[in-house]
Amino acid sequence: MQHTSPIREPLVTGGKTYHDITEDVCRQVEAAPNPRWAAAFGVALIGLAIFFYSVYRTLWFGIGEWGLNKTVGWAWDITNFVWWVGIGHAGTLISAVLLLFRQKWRSSINRAAEAMTIFAVICAAMFPVLHMGRPWLAYWVLPLPNTFGSLWVNFNSPLLWDVFAISTYFSVSLVFWYIGLVPDFATIRDRATGPIARRAYSFLSLGWTGSAKSWSRYETVSLILAGVATPLVLSVHTIVSMDFATSVIPGWHTTIFPPYFVAGAIFSGFAMVLTLMLITRVVFKLEDYITVGHVESMNKIIMTTGSIVGIAYTTEFFIAWYSGVTYEQYEFINRATGPYWWAYWTMMTCNVVTPQLFWIRKIRRSLVLTFIISIFVNIGMWFERFVIIVISLHRDYLPSSWAMFYPTWIDVGVYVGTFGLFFTLFFLFVKFFPVINMAEVKAILKSSSGVTHHGHHPQANVIHGAATDSNTNTTHSNE
Amino acid sequence: MTEERLIISRKTNNRFFLMIAIGVVMLIAGIIFMAIGGGAGHGEGHGEAHDVVSWSKRLIVNLWLNNVYFSGIAVTAVFIVAVHYVAYGGWYVLVKRIPEALAYYLPIGGIVMLLLFLIGRHDIFHWTHEGLYEVGGPEYDPIIAGKQGYLNFTFFLIRMIIYFGLWILFARLLRKNSINEDMYGGTTYYDKNIVLSGAFLVIYGISSSTSAWDWVMSMDTHWFSTMFGWYVFSSWFVTALAATTLAVIILKQNGYLHLVNANHLHDLGKFVFAFSIFWTYIWFAQFLLYWYANIPEEALYFIDRLGGNNGHYKAIFFLNLIINFAFPFLVLMTRDAKRQMIMLKIVSIAVLAGHWLDFYLMMMPSTLRAESGFGFIEFGTALVFLGVFLLVFTRGLTKASLVPVNHPFLEESVHHHV
Repeated sequence: MQHTSPIREPLVTGGKTYHDITEDVCRQVEAAPNPRWAAAFGVALIGLAIFFYSVYRTLWFGIGEWGLNKTVGWAWDITNFVWWVGIGHAGTLISAVLLLFRQKWRSSINRAAEAMTIFAVICAAMFPVLHMGRPWLAYWVLPLPNTFGSLWVNFNSPLLWDVFAISTYFSVSLVFWYIGLVPDFATIRDRATGPIARRAYSFLSLGWTGSAKSWSRYETVSLILAGVATPLVLSVHTIVSMDFATSVIPGWHTTIFPPYFVAGAIFSGFAMVLTLMLITRVVFKLEDYITVGHVESMNKIIMTTGSIVGIAYTTEFFIAWYSGVTYEQYEFINRATGPYWWAYWTMMTCNVVTPQLFWIRKIRRSLVLTFIISIFVNIGMWFERFVIIVISLHRDYLPSSWAMFYPTWIDVGVYVGTFGLFFTLFFLFVKFFPVINMAEVKAILKSSSGVTHHGHHPQANVIHGAATDSNTNTTHSNE
Repeated sequence: MTEERLIISRKTNNRFFLMIAIGVVMLIAGIIFMAIGGGAGHGEGHGEAHDVVSWSKRLIVNLWLNNVYFSGIAVTAVFIVAVHYVAYGGWYVLVKRIPEALAYYLPIGGIVMLLLFLIGRHDIFHWTHEGLYEVGGPEYDPIIAGKQGYLNFTFFLIRMIIYFGLWILFARLLRKNSINEDMYGGTTYYDKNIVLSGAFLVIYGISSSTSAWDWVMSMDTHWFSTMFGWYVFSSWFVTALAATTLAVIILKQNGYLHLVNANHLHDLGKFVFAFSIFWTYIWFAQFLLYWYANIPEEALYFIDRLGGNNGHYKAIFFLNLIINFAFPFLVLMTRDAKRQMIMLKIVSIAVLAGHWLDFYLMMMPSTLRAESGFGFIEFGTALVFLGVFLLVFTRGLTKASLVPVNHPFLEESVHHHV
C-alpha cells in the first residue's frame, strides 16, 4: 500500500482520468500534422540542409574547411561533440537515476528526455566521425583483426574508451527508450483506424498484449536497464573528461574532471530538456502533465548541478594557485584575462551566476524566466567546453606557436546543421511517437494526481490543518 | 501514537565507559612501550633509522586521524538530514533521528580539533615549521612558501572555527525545529528546516572540500589534487551512511524502531552500496589520472603509498579497495542481502572500519612515513574516540522520540514499500 503525503504537490493536475491521459497523448499522434508543426519541421529541414552542405564541404575538400590550425587542433568540432554528449545525459539520468531514487515526477518527462538523449548523442557522434577526415574508415576505431584493413586499436587511449562508452550508452539508452514505448505503441495500435497506422504501430509494439506477465517482465526489464544505465550515465562523461584529463596539458590534466564533467552534463541536459519541454507542453496542451511543479524540480536540479560546477571551477582555480605549478597558474590567468576572456566570463556568468537565481521560488516557478535561464545555461555550457579546449590549446608550452582560433563558415554550418538534424528527429518524434509515457503516468495517477476519492484537492485544506490529523486527508484511493 | 523513547541502561553506559577505560590503558601501555624503545609496529623500521618517530608524534597523529574521522561522520550526518529535507524524502523519516543524533559529536570534535592543532600542529603539518618560509634559510621551501597565503596559522585557525561554528549552528537549528515539530505539530518547522537545509548544503558543499584540503591534503604539503575534497566527502558520506545503518540495526535488535522494516533497511543498504561504488569511482578517477600522466609531483602521493616507504603501505593500499569496494559491492549486490539485518550489519561494520583505514592511509604516510603501525596507540586511541562518540550519540538519541511523530512524511515512511 503506497501512501502519499497530502503536502506533496500533485503531479497530474486537472482531475484527469485514465482515459483523459490516453486521449491527451494520442491526440497528437492521431491528428493530421498541424501547420505550426509543419512550419517548425520545415525550419528543421533547412537546418538539415545546412548540415548536409557543410558535411559535403568537409568531406570533399577536407578538414581544411574548418578553422583548425597546427596549434589549435581541436576547437569547434570537439566543443560541439562534448556539448551534445552532455545534453544527452539528462534523458538517461531521468529514466534511470530518478527511477532508482523513486522520483515520480520523472514519469511525464522521461519519454521526451530520453528521445532527446538519443538524438543528441547522434549529433555528438557526427563530430569525431567527421573529424576523422575519412569517415568511411570509421570502423577502424573498433578492435577488428589486422587482416580486416585496420590496425589493432590502442587500448591505452581514452579516445578508444570513448568509442566504447558512447556506443554502449547509445545502445542501452535506445533499448531503454524503446522498451518504454512498447506499451504505448500498443495503445496507439489498438486505437488506430487507418490501415497503415495499424500496421506500423502493430509492428512497433512487438505484439504487446498487456497481460499481467508482460507487465511483470516490463517492470523487471526496466529495473535492470535502470541499473545498467546508471553507471553508464556516469561513465560516458567521465570518459569524455578523460579525453582531456589524461593529457599533460595545463587546464586539462586535473583530477576533478570526471565528476565535474558529469555534473556539467546533467546541468546542460536538464537545461535542454526544459528548453524543449516548455515549448512542447504548451503546443501540445500538456500543462496538466508537465506542471509547474515538474519545472520547479528540474530547476532545482539545474541549480544544484550548476553550483557543483561552480565549486569545481573555483576548486580548479584555487588548486592551480596552490599547486605552485607555473603552467597551471598561467593557464587560469590566461582564461580569465587572456584574449579569450570574454568566453571565460560568458561561461562563468551563464553557468554559475544565472542558475543561482533559482534560489528564488518565484523565479524557478516562472515559465518564462525558466525558459530564458535554460537558454543561458545551454550557451554557458557550450562556452565551458570552448574555454577548456581552445584556451588550453591556443597558448601551448612553446610561445612561438601560440595562435588564435577563428571558426570558418563551415564550422558554424556543421554546428548549426546539427541543430537541424536534432530538430528534424525531434519533430518526427513528437509527431509520430507518444511524447508522454502514458503507461507510467497512469501508474502514478492514483497516488499523485491530487484527486482523492472525495474528488477534491487535498492540498486545499491541509496546509493550515494540523499535521497530526494525517489520516483524514490522504490520497488513498479505496478502489 | 508512535512515540518511542530510547532508554540507555546503566549497563550500556558502563560498557561505553569501559571502552574508554580500556582505550586509555592501551594508550598508556603503548606510550610506555614506545618511550622505552620497543613500540609495536616499530620492529621493521630498519633502513631509515634516522627518522625514528617519537611516541608523542604518533599519538597526536592518531588523535587527529580519529577526530577527523568522527567529526566527518557527525557533520555528514547533518548533510544526510539536509539532503532529505530539500529532496522531499519521505521514506527516511523513521530513521531520521539517528543521523540527527550522530551530529551531537560535533562540539567535542571541534574542541579536540582546536586543541590538537594548537598543541600538536608541528607533528601533523609540515607546513607549520617557520624555517620553510625564510628565504635563503637552510630549510627554505619555495613551493610551500608559495602556499603561505592559504596555509598559515591564523587563517587555518579561523577557517577551522568557522567550519565548526557553522556546522554546529546548523545541526542545532535543524535538530531544534525537528524536536519542536514533535511537540507542536504543523508544517511550520518542516518548512523552516527546508530553508535551513538549503543553506546548510551550500555551507557543507564548500566547507567539506576546504576542510578536506586543510585537515588532510595539507598534511602532504607539496601534493595537490582538485578531486581531493570530493574524495574525502565520498569517504565521509559512505561512513555516515554505514553508521546510520548500523545504529538502526542495533536499535532494532534491541527492540526499538518497531515501525522500521525490511523496506527501510533495503533503502539504507542501497545507499551504502551505491556510495561505496561512488567512493571507488572518485578513488579510481583520481588514481588513474595521476598514474596515467605520471608527473613526479603528482604521482608522489601514490608512490608513498605503494612502493615508497619500503612498501610499508602496500598491503593497506589494496586492503582499502577490497574492504571499501569489493566487499560491499559483492555482498550487497542482491536485493535479499540489503533486506537482511545480518548482511547489512557486517557490511556496515566493514565499511566503518574500512574508511577508518582509508583515513589512516591518507594521513600516516605523510607524517609517520614508514614508522606507522597498528599497536596499542592506534587501537587505544580509536577505542577512546569510539567510546566517547557512542556516549554522546546515544545521549543525543535519548533526548527525543526515536520517531518524529509529527513529520509530514511520517505516514509515507510507515507505509514505505519497495
